[in-house]
Amino acid sequence: MVPIGAYALETSGLTKTFGSHDAVADLSLQVPHGSVFGFLGPNGSGKTTTIRMLLGLASPTSGEVTLLGHPIPGELDVALPKVGALVEGPAFYPYLSGHKNLLRFDAADRFSDSSTRGERVEGALARVGLSNASDKKAGEYSLGMKQRLGLANALLKPRELLILDEPTNGLDPQGTREVRNLIRSLASEGITIFLSSHLLGEIEQVCSHVAVMSEGALVAHGSLEELRRGTSARLVLEVNLVAAAKKVLKTSGITPTTATRVGSTTRLVAPVESSVDVGAVNTALVTAGVSVSSLLVEQPTLEEYFVGLTGEGFDVAR
Amino acid sequence: MLPANPPRTQSPGSQSLLARSLSLSLMLSELQVMFTRRRTWAMLAAIALIPILLALAVYLSADRLAPGEGPPFVDRVTQNGLFTGFAAMLLAMPLFLPLTVSVVAGDTIAGEAGQGTLRYLLISPVGRVRLLVVKYLGTLAFVVVGTLTLMIAGALIGALLFPVGPVTLLSGDVIGLGEALGRMALVALYTTISMLGMLALGLFISTLTTIPVGAMTGVLVASGVSQILDNLPQLAVIHEFLFTHYWLDFADLLRNPIELSSMGSNLVLQLAYVAIFGTLAYGRFRTQDVLS
Repeated sequence: MVPIGAYALETSGLTKTFGSHDAVADLSLQVPHGSVFGFLGPNGSGKTTTIRMLLGLASPTSGEVTLLGHPIPGELDVALPKVGALVEGPAFYPYLSGHKNLLRFDAADRFSDSSTRGERVEGALARVGLSNASDKKAGEYSLGMKQRLGLANALLKPRELLILDEPTNGLDPQGTREVRNLIRSLASEGITIFLSSHLLGEIEQVCSHVAVMSEGALVAHGSLEELRRGTSARLVLEVNLVAAAKKVLKTSGITPTTATRVGSTTRLVAPVESSVDVGAVNTALVTAGVSVSSLLVEQPTLEEYFVGLTGEGFDVAR
Repeated sequence: MLPANPPRTQSPGSQSLLARSLSLSLMLSELQVMFTRRRTWAMLAAIALIPILLALAVYLSADRLAPGEGPPFVDRVTQNGLFTGFAAMLLAMPLFLPLTVSVVAGDTIAGEAGQGTLRYLLISPVGRVRLLVVKYLGTLAFVVVGTLTLMIAGALIGALLFPVGPVTLLSGDVIGLGEALGRMALVALYTTISMLGMLALGLFISTLTTIPVGAMTGVLVASGVSQILDNLPQLAVIHEFLFTHYWLDFADLLRNPIELSSMGSNLVLQLAYVAIFGTLAYGRFRTQDVLS
């Protein structure tokens, strides 16, 4: 299938206003074909509202969405059969079995082939490891099993794009790992994956591209490499003589910004270029009689970067 | 040279026959969902209980009702068991049947929205108009099954407890057993038609909320209000526009020759309600943000 358009998913100036506040404000995203695109943001930052607009569930107040080359909502019916999605958690008919739930959703798809329906449902259930529980009522499923069933629903047909909203929510560590592996294997088949999450570890481990939302607006957007490049490295060292160490560091043009006591030593942290010669710094310190118990150059984790962009604090932003 | 428009693998227009058959599979799925629910079976069982309780009460009671005494038809039940269904229908029409109808009609969209499955149906993609139509037909199927359940349960319990034979109509004419069954089917058809408007109203109310109980209550209240207004002589002008107005007039089907005028007026009235509330439901649901 020839990809239509430059991006699997593109939005420009996407805005959704509820009453007087903008749930999503002027969002412009470009999701390249074949990428695993992490869509990050704290709770309430507008991720799910964005996803609803991408899938035509809600109409934007202004702005445009192009899904697999098709304008949304105009060509929704052409685009959606090629898109599998998990939106704001899985939802099922509790009184139907997992298997029958999938049959129902597939029957709802007016473009799906009824002659292969049974086979495709079995395949999707097997892919998420639910074959043994397929005859159990969905209402009796654990949260993790429902999450898997939701993923199976997204995989009922060969897809070009998967939009997954918090796919590992409620899963145990093994389940999380399996989902991560599943995402990797789907990505290796060439499927573009748009993964929304508030879990940085998850994004960092599987994504090639990232967009960060905060209070409805985009605060960062690009490949993981590009974002990492924008952050600065720092030197973390533990020494016994603080004053002497600072003096030595100063001659190398390094100024520690924090000093914390750790047992009998003091930990100093200083921003540096990633190309700093750590060996030379160490030699200089030791020559000056400073005992160095640890010394390393750290790249900030994505988590620190994320918190730097979206702010500390446990309270939801609004 | 590259083609300007790459051919689409799935074009909605080019497979109308296939698309139609797929709508059939959605319809079957809708019926399966409805008739898998324990709630549906509980309501059908309760509907079947109405003629059964009625017949038992009449059978066990020592007093024989004089002709014309008590609720209509009940006095005839002892003479001919086949009247049990008609009598039970008259008892069920004002409250119980509308109650079950409001449950299924109020649940259509609000129920799917409330449990979150609406969003998954829509991204399947089901097509919003197609979903509305299938939902409406699903509730209609429930009404057909419900009225038939009542009539059949009535005929069976009546035949069990009371003599069965040629039926004396309200006009005094006597018809045979076969024709009597035909009249029963006609009454079931009449009550089904009577519910068309209420089903459309229910579908519309159901698009207004994500709380199914709220929608169900709304529909039931509407039928209650309509019946109260229909009983106020001061409002006689509007009576023939109330969707409950012809609900109890199926007695006309039990005369010879069959009096079809109330059936006709009822059908016209109900179709008008379907047109109005169908359009409102469409207008509301077509562009509605699904945030549940």
